[in-house]
Amino acid sequence: MTRTAPLDLVAADDLFSDEERAIRDTVRKFCADRIRPHLAEWFEKGELPARDLAREMGELGLLGMHLQGYGAAGTNAVSYGLACHELEAADSGLRSLVSVQGSLAMYAIYAYGSEEQKNEWLPRMVTGEAVGCFGLTEADFGSNPGGMRTNAKKDGSDWVLNGTKMWITNGSIADVAVVWARTDEGIRGFVVPTTVKGFTANTVPGKLSLRASVTSELVLEDVRLPADAVLPHSKGLASPLGCLNEARFGIVFGSLGAARDCLETAIAYASDREVFDKPLSAYQLTQAKLAEMALELGKGMLLAVRIGRLKDAGTLKPEQVSMGKLNNVRVALRIAREARTILGANGITLEYPVMRHANNLESVLTYEGTSEVHLLVIGQALTGVGAFR
Amino acid sequence: MPNIVVLVKQVPDTYSERKLASADHTLDRASADAVLDEINERAVEEALQIKEAQGGEVTVLTVGPERATDAIRKALSMGADKAVHVSDESLHGADIIQTAKVLAKAIGTVEGYDLIIAGNESTDGVGGAIPAMLAELLGLPQLTHARKVEIDGTSVKVERETDAGRTFLEAALPAVISVGEKINDPRYPSFKGIMAAKKKPVTTLTIADLGIDASEVGLANAASQVLESAPKPPRAAGQQITDEGDGGSKIAEYLVSQKLI
Repeated sequence: MTRTAPLDLVAADDLFSDEERAIRDTVRKFCADRIRPHLAEWFEKGELPARDLAREMGELGLLGMHLQGYGAAGTNAVSYGLACHELEAADSGLRSLVSVQGSLAMYAIYAYGSEEQKNEWLPRMVTGEAVGCFGLTEADFGSNPGGMRTNAKKDGSDWVLNGTKMWITNGSIADVAVVWARTDEGIRGFVVPTTVKGFTANTVPGKLSLRASVTSELVLEDVRLPADAVLPHSKGLASPLGCLNEARFGIVFGSLGAARDCLETAIAYASDREVFDKPLSAYQLTQAKLAEMALELGKGMLLAVRIGRLKDAGTLKPEQVSMGKLNNVRVALRIAREARTILGANGITLEYPVMRHANNLESVLTYEGTSEVHLLVIGQALTGVGAFR
Repeated sequence: MPNIVVLVKQVPDTYSERKLASADHTLDRASADAVLDEINERAVEEALQIKEAQGGEVTVLTVGPERATDAIRKALSMGADKAVHVSDESLHGADIIQTAKVLAKAIGTVEGYDLIIAGNESTDGVGGAIPAMLAELLGLPQLTHARKVEIDGTSVKVERETDAGRTFLEAALPAVISVGEKINDPRYPSFKGIMAAKKKPVTTLTIADLGIDASEVGLANAASQVLESAPKPPRAAGQQITDEGDGGSKIAEYLVSQKLI
C-alpha cells in the first residue's frame, strides 16, 4: 500500500504559497547537501564550523531573512518559520545559530538601534561575514532576567560595563554582542564589538545537548564603550523580551522539524526492522505510537501556521507565541522520546537522529522561556493576574 | 554580452516511483513529484556564470504541460531573466523530433540569441538527441557533452567528454552546446531570487502561436511508438558471499560478470 507522509495527514502543503514552499524546499536541500552528512560528527565532537556555515547561510538569505532592508531577504514570517522547521529537522543547534543571529542579535539592532548602528552591523550580519550573539541571561537569572547583575555606568560620556552573561549561543565566535545591562535609566541594550578591551567569551564545556552549537559565557570587565554604543530605542525589560518573542516564533515551527525527522526515522525503521518474523510496523502497539505522534505533529503544525499568519498580519500577541512554543516543544520532545523506543538500542546512537533530537529538545524546552514561564504567560492572559513571583 | 537561451525540462523526481500511464504508455506525470531536471540546473548555472562574467541575458525555454511553470520558476529563482513556455495539449506524447521542431520555432521568438545551452540528456526520456536535432534544424554548430565552456564574444570553445575520451571543440556563435554532469555545481536559489522570480516575465505560447499545426504533433503523429510496457519486477533478494578466504576473488568475479570491471 502507498504511504502518506506524516504532515500530509493535515495537508500542510496546501497552507503555503508557492514562494513559501520554494524557500522551504531550498533550505531542505541545503540541509541535505551541506549539513546532514556532517551532523553526527559535529555532535559527537561538540564542534560546529559556525562561521563557515554562517557565510553559506548568508548566501542563501537565511540570516535575518524576515527583516526589511539592509540587504536582508525580506520574506514573510511564515517563510522564516518554514526555514526554521527545515533547519531544526537537521539539528536544533543549526536553527539556534540562525535564530540568535536573525531574531535576537540582528532584531535587537534592527528594532532598537540607531541608523548608524544598523548600517554598521546589519549588512554584514545578513551575509554572515559578521556573527552576533545576545547577552541577556545570567547564571543566576534565567526566568527572572530583570534581576540581572550586569551593569552599565556613565563615566563622562562613556559607558563602563561589568558583569557575566551565561548560556550565550554563538558567544565565542561572535563579532558583536548585544548585551543587556542595568543602568540608572533601567535595563538598556549595548552594541559591544567583541574585540573591545575587557570582553572575553569562554565556551561552556560538558554539554549533553545542542552539541552542534556554540554555547558560551561572556565576561565583561570594565568594558569601556562610547556614548553611541547604547541601543537608543531600548527602554526597560520589554526590549529584550520583544527579541525573545521573535526567537520563540522560530521555535514554534522549528521544534516540529525535529519531531518530523524523528517520526520519519521511526516509520522507516519500523518498516524495515523485523521482530518475531514480521515488520515492527505491523504491530498494533507500534502503529498506535506512530499514529499518536503524527496526530500531535499535525496539530502542532496547524497551530504553527495559524501563529505565522497572525504574525504576518501584525496581530500576534505574546501569549499566542507562548502557546505555540509551549505546545510544540512539548510534543516534539514526546515524539522524539517515543521514536527512540521504536528504534530500540539503535535509537541511542548517532547513527540515527532521534536521541540527538531528544537531547537537543531538552534545551529548547528551557531556552527562550521555559514551559513553566509560558504557562504563566498564558495564565496571566486568561486571568489578568501575573503569577510569576 | 551574450544572449543565452537555456533549455529546461520538468521531469519526475528520480527519488519518486516513476511509471508510464497504462492507457497510452506515455509518462504518468501525476504519479510522481515533478522537478527541474538536475542536468538543467547545471545548464542554467553555466549560463548564469557566463552572464555574471560577461553580462547579457538568460532566457529559459521549456516545452511542457501547465505545471512545468514550477520548473521555470526554479530556473528564474536561480537568476535567469525571463522564460518562454510552450504549453499545448496537442503536444501530449510528442516524440523527440517533434519536440526539437517546437523548440527550434520557439527559439526563433528570442531575438538575437548567441548561445543555446541544454543538458546532455534528460533523466526521464534519456534520449540525448535534442541538442543535436536542434542544431540541425537551426543550421548551427553543435558542441555536445561539455565539461568546460569558454566564450569570447564571437566564438565558443568546449571541452567535450564522453566514454571515448576528451575532445576540444571550437565554433563560431551562435551555437548549440550541451553540458554534462561535471560542468559545475549548480547554486541554490537565494531567497531574494525566489521572491524576484514571480515578477520575471514568462511568455506562454501555444503551437499555433509558433505556426505549427496540431496534425504535425502529438502521440498520433509520433515517429516512435511504445507498443507495450510492464512494471519493473520487484527487487530480487541480494546475493550473499561468505568469505572463505576467497571473498575478494568472488567479488571480482561478480563484478566481471556484471561487466562493471
